[in-house]
Amino acid sequence: MQVPDLVLPPLVARIASRLPATPPSWLLVGLLNQLVRRQVLPADMSLLAGRRFEVRVLDAGISLRFTADEAGFRVDTIAETADLCFSANAADFARMMLREEDPDTLFFNRKLAIEGDTELGLIVKNLLDSVDWSNTPVGRFMAA
Amino acid sequence: MPSNRTLPELVCPAGNLPALKAAVDNGADTVYLGLKNNTNARNFAGLNFDATSAREGIRYARERGRHVLLAINTYAQGADIGRWRAAIDEAADLGVDAVIVADIGLMDYAARRHPDLRLHMSVQGSATNYEAINLAHELFGIRRAVLPRVLTLDQVRHVIENTAVEIEVFGFGSLCVMVEGRCLLSSYATGESPNTHGVCSPARFVRWEHGAESLDARLNGILIDRYRKDEAAGYPTLCKGRFQVADDTYYALEEPTSLNVMEMLPQLIEIGVAAIKVEGRQRSPAYTAQVTRALREALDAAGREGSRFTVRPGWQQALAKVSEGQQQTLGAYSRPWK
Repeated sequence: MQVPDLVLPPLVARIASRLPATPPSWLLVGLLNQLVRRQVLPADMSLLAGRRFEVRVLDAGISLRFTADEAGFRVDTIAETADLCFSANAADFARMMLREEDPDTLFFNRKLAIEGDTELGLIVKNLLDSVDWSNTPVGRFMAA
Repeated sequence: MPSNRTLPELVCPAGNLPALKAAVDNGADTVYLGLKNNTNARNFAGLNFDATSAREGIRYARERGRHVLLAINTYAQGADIGRWRAAIDEAADLGVDAVIVADIGLMDYAARRHPDLRLHMSVQGSATNYEAINLAHELFGIRRAVLPRVLTLDQVRHVIENTAVEIEVFGFGSLCVMVEGRCLLSSYATGESPNTHGVCSPARFVRWEHGAESLDARLNGILIDRYRKDEAAGYPTLCKGRFQVADDTYYALEEPTSLNVMEMLPQLIEIGVAAIKVEGRQRSPAYTAQVTRALREALDAAGREGSRFTVRPGWQQALAKVSEGQQQTLGAYSRPWK
């Protein structure tokens, strides 16, 4: 299965950017906490605690903001600049998550932008890379 | 004419367990990895192996008939030599197939303490001639040396002809500025270098600044490069930055580029290279999978086809896509110097 080379039409971003930002962030935070609880995500929460994250899905016009504490992740409601922000189109985020593409490759190609604390970015990237999905139901969707 | 030589080992990088599995699943003969500290030259936050993941990785590789090497390739620092020795002890305890070492003090320690532990001389050991390699063989019994990326193909052949030690060369990956084992450039900006702290351009000193028309890369405040909109970017290392020299702004030292020896595989097989190494323990499992797959197919084809070998567009595309700066070079292998 390959993620199609697709950029969402501008209309999607126009509509989505007017919707409340919290529901997608809730969804992401819920998912992350599930992964931590099931010990799929081998997160050392002390490295992430107190830091604010933003994931901007450019072509969808949405921005997911969350923060972490020692126990897990929660939605970030304070409108301050995040410590770390990843921006990319939806298809490129999907490629990255499914391990079809390496984030460095996307970065070299300028399809992924990283702003803020670069070391925190590396911690997050390496955390996601170290998840062994082969023992989980999503394993069969992964490209590598 | 097809070569009668056995194929060189394909040695692939793993920064974590999924990358190790990706390397094995896509045809690596050998995988190399590092521990989670500055005893290896890819000491990045969250990267590398602890004892548990290393054991699991070694088990996975062994079950499939592959080998695992542990890189302990930084220089032991005066105040804390114990950490490097402990890494050697851990390698012996884990039962890796070999350790990749640069520091001759550590080679001596390993040879005395663990005489059965196979020693490979790291590229960071900077041994570019057979005298140096043979001396390390006599003194510490090294079994393989990884050549720095500074030698032409003829020079590599000359080394191989004059030593019993196996020779490993780089086949693909981000290129360093040809002072391997001796580079202190990032110390100039950050006080930390690959050989002392296991990392050049440590991430905590790196900032990417997004302007309206450009992306600036800064290392501890020093402007390393300014990329135009949509211009391919590279790692924020001093050696690959653009600098103003005599009213001209250009890549004064080295361009962001990747080494790719694919078209030279038949010659590398012919001269008797023992192993071909892929750079990139800092990259993700997707990179390891893509590069390993392309080189596995290319190496097998080069072994079958000898001088009739041609590089298939699909392999080239796979490697071009993941290259730093999206440029590739044969590096020193093709230089005319003698």
